[in-house]
Parts: sequence; structure tokens; C-alpha cells
Amino acid sequence: MSGKPRLTYLNGRGRMESIRWLLAAAGVEEELTGFPSPLLLDGSLLFQQVPLVEIDGMKMVQTRAIMSYIAGKYNLHGKDLKERALIDMYVEGISDLMQMILMFPFSPPDAKEKNLESIKDRATNRYFPVFEKVLKQHGQDFLVGNKFSWADVQLMEAILAVEEKVPAVLSGFPQLQVFKTKMSNMPTIKKFLQPGSPRKPPPDAHYVETVLKVFKK
Amino acid sequence: MSAKPKLYYFDGRGKMESIRWLLAAAGVEFEEEFLETRDQYEKLLQGGSLLFQQVPMVEIDGMKMVQTRAILSYIAAKYNLYGKDLKERALIDMYVEGTNDLMGFILMFPFLSAEDKEKQRAFIVQKATSRYFPVYEKVLKDHGQDFLVGNNFSWADVHLLEAILMVEEKKSDVLSGFPQLQAFKARISSIPAIKKFLQPGSQRKPVPDDKYVETVRRVLRMYYDVKAN
Repeated sequence: MSGKPRLTYLNGRGRMESIRWLLAAAGVEEELTGFPSPLLLDGSLLFQQVPLVEIDGMKMVQTRAIMSYIAGKYNLHGKDLKERALIDMYVEGISDLMQMILMFPFSPPDAKEKNLESIKDRATNRYFPVFEKVLKQHGQDFLVGNKFSWADVQLMEAILAVEEKVPAVLSGFPQLQVFKTKMSNMPTIKKFLQPGSPRKPPPDAHYVETVLKVFKK
Repeated sequence: MSAKPKLYYFDGRGKMESIRWLLAAAGVEFEEEFLETRDQYEKLLQGGSLLFQQVPMVEIDGMKMVQTRAILSYIAAKYNLYGKDLKERALIDMYVEGTNDLMGFILMFPFLSAEDKEKQRAFIVQKATSRYFPVYEKVLKDHGQDFLVGNNFSWADVHLLEAILMVEEKKSDVLSGFPQLQAFKARISSIPAIKKFLQPGSQRKPVPDDKYVETVRRVLRMYYDVKAN
């Protein structure tokens, strides 16, 4: 009997990708499933939405709830309430940046350039400077409490996602460059970054088409 | 002696309202500083108080916390409104994320054109009655307890009551198909801390009006062209 979490989503990044990252970083294997019909209307989906993660006897929905549970379970959520508060703040900020990237493939063609500029602007002026400063000030390897946490995983995911759109984005951020290298060398993350892992490729036209077809409002 | 939490936001609901509700439900007194001018906002920015240049910001326990969910999570945990273990917390998180999505449709409502408002009102009611309310109705019916999770008052109950009242402001009889939720609403409203918050003179904010919209736009220089869902 597999105790592995089972993920239900489309065959692409979307809102499930951050969950895949976190599970991988925690060294947790997903159960391999075929890609099921996305239309699960049998009551599995609490609010009729995916992501769905079946874990520890629960059918969990809502991305943040799922990630909070995984982070809590695998000791990636800080050692006390105040560390948790810091991790939550960092994760929420990064999540706002990731939201822009999430929506980007669905922008109308005439808005794509503007949206790309927004992503670059937010990353370089609002989000990356915060984490650059945090790392510089405490001089530690990890964002919070001198220990690997959900915040580090989320930041690493965001850095790579923005780099796919803006390749030189880290050029003004030496601390983040070092951080990226360190994270890449952590065994579980290194494994996730190799071909054959559950990591999904950047969304393409086919993915966008599938989402629009399946998730008609 | 710890100082009271201090909330930095506009004099209106927005994203800060859920935080006001939760503090009130926990019986925690708080202070507020209202943003009225662009200058005030820029001063906060320059002072480095706003981690991601945004409000809400809450000064609490020596931290300048930002990001609504982070703040709410902290308050819930600190005041024992977050379940007794990881699994109860997971349930509370799921429920709260649902009500948060629902309230998100209402958040942008005041910024819409008159025509879009009508469309959005219908959208809100449709989502409330077909996607969200049925879930909580069933949860309450299935376990027959007074509260959503673990037979104990939690953040999930506060958030759901807030959502119910907000949707009722858009359609007063929206609970007519939901007897469990009607009973829930009456029960939670009569909890002393909540009852107090629902009375005039509390720090609960009224339905946002044009003045509120104008203030937000003036201070943030944003949200001039908001579209309906």
C-alpha cells in the first residue's frame, strides 16, 4: 500500500507546481498516476477545483492549505510561531510574483509585452530586493532561522521561473545568485532539477488550450 | 505588558477587514492608523515599514507583519483559533481559503462600473449558492456540531460568518436554501466577542462607498480600471 501523496491536476505546472517543488524538497515521492480526466465531479473536489492532493487520508484542495500542511508535516515551517510568521510573509510575497507568471500564458497577445515588463519590474524592484537584503543581513544560507524551509523552496522556484522569462534577472543580486547555487546543490532539489523528475516544463500553447477547454467558468 | 496590535490601512474594509474580525473574535483590542493621503503612504514606504510596499500592515509582537494570510495565520495560532493539531489546521486552512476566494469576488466590487456591478453581483450570488455555501452546509449537517472544525470555535467559523454577512449585503435572502447556515449565523453572532463587534461603535467597517474607492485610488494610484470576473 502506497503512503505516497497522489496529485490530481493537468499535465503542466499551473498551481500544482509549487506543491511538486515542496514535496520534492522534502524528499517525498509522489504516487505516479496517469493523467486522469480533469473533470472529477464525484465529490472529490471540495470546491469543484484542482489542485487535489490525497495525503494522509485527506482529499486536500486549495494550494496554500496543501502547502501549509506539507510544510508543517515535514518540518519546513519554522520552529515556532514567529519563524512561521516570517516564512508565511515571504511565501505570500513570492506567491504574488508567481501569480503573475501563472497568468502570463493566458494574457491576450497585445498585453503580453506589458505583462512581461510587469513581471520583470516586480521581480527586480519589489520582491528580489527583499530577499537579497534578508540574506545579506543575516549572512546565513537560508532565509529563516538558519534552517531550510518552505520559504527557500518557494524562492528558488520563483527565481528559476522568472529567469525563464528574464534570463539576466539576477544580475543585480549577488546574494540571490549564491542562494540559487546553494539550493541547486541540495540533494533533493538537485534531483528535482534533473530530467525525469515530476517537475513540469514551462507552459506551452497546448497547455493553455487544455486549461481553457477544461476550466470553462 | 504587550502593546495592542496596530493596523495600518484605509478607513474601510478591503483586505484588512478579515483581520479586524479575527482580532475581535479573539477578544483582542487593537489600534488603527488610517491612510488618507499619498504622503502618508510614501512615508511608510520610505520608513521601510512595508516589506513588499503594500498594506495591510499590522504591528504585532514586535513585528511589522504584511500579507493578509500570514497575519491571519499568526493571530489564529496565537489565540488558539487554529485547531488542536496539523489535521485540524489543514481543514481550517481549506475552509478559509474557500471563503477567502468567495470574499475575493466581493473585494473588487466597489471598484467596478455600475454595469459591471450588476454582473458581478449575480456572479457572487451564483458562486456563493452553488460552490461555497453548499460545502459548509454539508459540513455542519454531517457532524451536527456547532462549529466547523473539531467541535471548537476557530478562525474558520469567524471567516465564514464574515463571508455570509457580506454576501447577504448583496442579496438579503441568499441563505434561504441553507438552514444549517442560518442556525450557524445566529449561533456565531451571539458569541459575546462577535456580538460586540456587530454592534454600532465597534471597529467593524461599513460597506465600501465611493469615498473609500476614491481614497484607495488616490493613495495607491492604482485600481482605476478593474474588471468584473
